Amino acid sequence: MRRAVLYAAVIAGALVMLFPFAWTVITSITPGAGLGSPDLIPDEPGLDAYRTLLDAMPFWRILANSLWIAVASTLLQLVTSAMAAYAFARLNFPGRNALFLVYLATLMVPMQVLVVPLFIEMRELNLVDTYAALLAPSIASAFGVFLLRQAVAQVPIELDEAATIDGAGHLRIFVSIVWPLIRPALATFAVLAFMSSWNSFLWPLVVIRSPELMTLPLGLSTLHGQFTTEWDVVMAGSVISIVPIAVLYLAAQKYVIQGVARSGLK
Amino acid sequence: MSTATTGRPTRPATQPPRRPGKRHRNTLRYGGNRLRYAGIVALFLAPSLVPLTLFTLVPMVSSLWVSLHDWNLITPMEFVGLANYRELLSDGDTWAAFGHTLGYIAGYLPLVYVLGLAAALALNTALRGRNVFRAAYFLPVVTSWVVVALLWRWLLSPANGLVNHLLGLVGIDGPGWWTDPAWAMPSVILASAWKDLGFVMIILLAGLQSVPGELYDAARVDGTSAWQRFRYVTLPLLSPSTFFVVVISLINGFQVFDQVYVMTGGGPAGATEVVVQQIYDLTFRYGRAGDASALSWLLFVVVLVVTIIQVRGQRRWVTYA
Repeated sequence: MRRAVLYAAVIAGALVMLFPFAWTVITSITPGAGLGSPDLIPDEPGLDAYRTLLDAMPFWRILANSLWIAVASTLLQLVTSAMAAYAFARLNFPGRNALFLVYLATLMVPMQVLVVPLFIEMRELNLVDTYAALLAPSIASAFGVFLLRQAVAQVPIELDEAATIDGAGHLRIFVSIVWPLIRPALATFAVLAFMSSWNSFLWPLVVIRSPELMTLPLGLSTLHGQFTTEWDVVMAGSVISIVPIAVLYLAAQKYVIQGVARSGLK
Repeated sequence: MSTATTGRPTRPATQPPRRPGKRHRNTLRYGGNRLRYAGIVALFLAPSLVPLTLFTLVPMVSSLWVSLHDWNLITPMEFVGLANYRELLSDGDTWAAFGHTLGYIAGYLPLVYVLGLAAALALNTALRGRNVFRAAYFLPVVTSWVVVALLWRWLLSPANGLVNHLLGLVGIDGPGWWTDPAWAMPSVILASAWKDLGFVMIILLAGLQSVPGELYDAARVDGTSAWQRFRYVTLPLLSPSTFFVVVISLINGFQVFDQVYVMTGGGPAGATEVVVQQIYDLTFRYGRAGDASALSWLLFVVVLVVTIIQVRGQRRWVTYA
């Protein structure tokens, strides 16, 4: 009896969590949705909204932008963070701890503080409304350095020593010993970095003007300004932007949840 | 450091095996000549240090500098000292923005914690298919804020949104949600709690899984009720995870922006004008970059102080087993 109640509650909860996604899809295939509440099963389902969407803005271009920016910033952050992590865990140089504190301090400063001066800096560099500006703040990640340093520190130092005796230098040790051994941490960080780039909004909003350079969240928000009451079009855009991240999440669920549980990042 | 001068071990064939130990490690770290070593350090650090300096440290410092000026982003800056801070602190809009932000936190934090805790407790039992449920509850967390905000704007649309439609079926005349100044913030809170409860659930699940089962067995032997076990075993042992959730949620709560910008844009009638929305409006709508920078530092200081207070105060209620 108690189990039945528990099941009922958990299923009801799952409905509340999942139904809005289904509603997005239903709305997107109900022509004229927004004039009235759509039916659960549309009378005359159609893909008009998707056609309108593709006519209204370079949507495939925007999707491609989001994808390549997310992939590029993830790869960049993986390499730059892992290298710094190696330096902090394995190399011995004066001021190492102080420098690590500087890295940590940048973690505490939110994007909101940086957004105005960063915009001004981009303007000085003539980079406003370019891919470079979009990518610039996510080349390096202090959070990634922090996360990966722990992982590097856990690699047994005896492996480095053995490799050194075999004549390997630091670069060689990093590439062929440390990198393969910290792969689980790299995967966790990669998923988090990809998600945060894919979903980032404030910075693209500030620095991008041209529709051809927009990423999905920005494109969607301007779409909403354009089609204020045509909810089928807005929801069609939402469906297209949910699918890739949902697929990635389901494929890498273990790493996503591990990463979130360990770091509190989302 | 005498070993530093002996050079790094090179060809293994000609080198006698070294004894492992402290001396050996020092050789590893200080091996080679110093200049070469410095080059290696630079090689590993530069890829992150250069961009962090350019795109985080420099903006940080220049933000402080801009906050001491009047600047409309076009004409030259004019130094005004701390006047921006003084003006902000005596400006009703600033206090209103902090008030709205606190109002958001006051609604959001208890709601998301209770819902997340309920989900964690339910899914920590031996339910069939609990991994599927966990995945379902977590899905909104990975979805972008813009998508979630648009979706909830649509669900809560006063005229023909699903929520008011369903309320109408049971004879309730739904409110105006984000079009009504009194209901706009609750709308944002509702959407935010829906999105984040999976995050709270995952953190608390990790905490629950580290509670040893013997404690519950012992409590049962003592004849406790389920509520007593929850109150005196689960909650105290969960307090480190709760602490973590509260710290993170407060930081994120003070920085709330995306969902507000998309759902209400700060309106209606400024009812949801939170601090970051204000920073955005000051800069890009009113061209008051100096005030915006000063406000962002005020926000940073508030978040920092609140976080420090929590870390200091955690001894009173957080139990580390």
